[in-house]
Amino acid sequence: MSADRPPEGARTAARSAEVSVSAAPLLQVENLVREYAMPREKLFAPPPKVHALNGVSFTIEAGRSMGIVGESGSGKSTLARLVMALDKPTAGSVKLLGRDLHTLPAEELRQARRDIQMVFQDPYGSLDPRQSIERIVTEPLAAQGDTSREERHQRAVDTLASVGLRANDLGKYPHEFSGGQRQRIAIARALITRPRLIVADEPVSALDVSVQAQVLNLMQDLQAEFGITYMLISHDLAVVHHLCDDVAVLWQGRIVEQGPPERLFTAAEHPYTQALLEAVPQAEPARRTRAARAEQIPLATSGQSRG
Amino acid sequence: MPLLEVNHLHVKLRTHRGPAYAVRDVSFSLERGETLGLVGESGCGKSITAMSLMGLLPENAEVTGSIRFNGEELTTKSDAAMCDIRGNRIGMIFQEPMTALNPVHSIGRQVAEPLRLHRGLSADDARKEAIALLDRVGIPDAARRIDAFPHQFSGGQRQRITIAMALACGPDLLIADEPTTALDVTVQRQILDLISELVAERGMALILISHDLGVIAQNVARMLVMYGGSVVESGPTDAVFEHRMHPYTWGLFAARPGLKSRKGQRLATIAGTVPELVDLPAGCPFAGRCKFTVPECHATPPPPVEFEPGHQARCIRLDAVAAAKREGVAA
Repeated sequence: MSADRPPEGARTAARSAEVSVSAAPLLQVENLVREYAMPREKLFAPPPKVHALNGVSFTIEAGRSMGIVGESGSGKSTLARLVMALDKPTAGSVKLLGRDLHTLPAEELRQARRDIQMVFQDPYGSLDPRQSIERIVTEPLAAQGDTSREERHQRAVDTLASVGLRANDLGKYPHEFSGGQRQRIAIARALITRPRLIVADEPVSALDVSVQAQVLNLMQDLQAEFGITYMLISHDLAVVHHLCDDVAVLWQGRIVEQGPPERLFTAAEHPYTQALLEAVPQAEPARRTRAARAEQIPLATSGQSRG
Repeated sequence: MPLLEVNHLHVKLRTHRGPAYAVRDVSFSLERGETLGLVGESGCGKSITAMSLMGLLPENAEVTGSIRFNGEELTTKSDAAMCDIRGNRIGMIFQEPMTALNPVHSIGRQVAEPLRLHRGLSADDARKEAIALLDRVGIPDAARRIDAFPHQFSGGQRQRITIAMALACGPDLLIADEPTTALDVTVQRQILDLISELVAERGMALILISHDLGVIAQNVARMLVMYGGSVVESGPTDAVFEHRMHPYTWGLFAARPGLKSRKGQRLATIAGTVPELVDLPAGCPFAGRCKFTVPECHATPPPPVEFEPGHQARCIRLDAVAAAKREGVAA
């Protein structure tokens, strides 16, 4: 790792204002509710609503990782958008180091954003094909607006090194990289503001198995090195098990079960968690069984089809 | 006579960067009612292999070798002759049900289409048959929903509809190309169960293509592991999972996080990236990424080595791999 990165002490000193409140957990989500209005069905009746999130609460302590699992339509991505302050909740709060992101004035929110970064699922869609890697990676710093061009260049070189890419990659464009390398670039873009929390929405599901392992190892190394906290959204229980200290199972906008993966994946209590575990294909022929079925569980997606 | 016999199949794609050898010397055979899995990472040639069976290769493809289906040679058939087989004797299920279905036609019309085309049924009979098929694949209240459109169904239901289309003419061979990749795990399980049930019930042969070793483990009796356009290991699923002879198969298994691995444990990785088909090396496609590489690996494509009856791997360093495995070295 680069030696010219400011020592940890300098970083914390610069954040002394926050340290006073950092007895609070890194991320505290309380009773989060998000409703979306559907198209009006009757002229004079109020439009029907979908409860994407229905009272979700959890906390993540600094340096630990929380996995959010659930199927499509369970509210995982809505939760990510609310934690990233990209969307306003209908009710409830998201507190980062004790400050409620959704009540902060615009300028303070912009400053607070340096602590939260996001890595998206598709490394092909999340990098602008017409921007150089340097511009992509330094964009979060430029948006913060308190660094010079030279500083940003230096930070980009350092950050790229920490994800295993070279400084001469900065002048290249996304199409010159493979899927795994692109995801490293996306991770570098998230790391450059030295965030406390990285929200990763299905970071490896678009990657091949052999490349997926490289990215998961990288995420683990970065956590050990910089003490980053992850909120990992995934439908892949094995990935969550590998990376997370704590797992929350989201089902129809609610957390139905939560706990450390060792316990949750061996002694699941909620029928949905059990169904989810049972459905994971096992790559061990000895465990190949086509017996136990769990089709009775109503799935979040099947309820939404109309007609 | 086997239902399907593929011998020394090569597919060359002409691209602006030069020829890409997407499939190199693939041979396998399939009996009626048998199940075969193709597993590999993106760009390994598994979908191109399936497309060559269907006669759906892009314009820039050149096929050599032979594909015999029910004793007929498919590689030399005209487009019109292939149309009689495709959707009739060979059914296919695609990865993304939303793009496989036409959004402007009702599902009833789409399921009935192969029946009218291949079996010449009247509109009424085809509709009745379509309702029976939709009912069989588990669309609730099929008689009422037959005139609904694809967007009115969930992802899992849409995949059930494409299965009904593939089954309509009672094909001898069903090809499923990543049928559950776009679906949630719980739905994936239901769809895979449905496919297995139907294959057993109708005595069809199945070729299941997936990148997911778990999906392959649970659903097919025999498997081919593909890498860089060639089959690097083939054999009964249980034997391949137990022995993992080829270093690539071994690496692929080790790279998968499991529900049993401990937190904080590092995953084994395969150095480097999957080679592009345009710049495949002359010798073994895995040479260079493989830590058992010796200079001879780069020279010629390795011949298949039989390990036990029906279980083969294309590698000249199998002894070294087996020795390393005994010593418990990571791949």
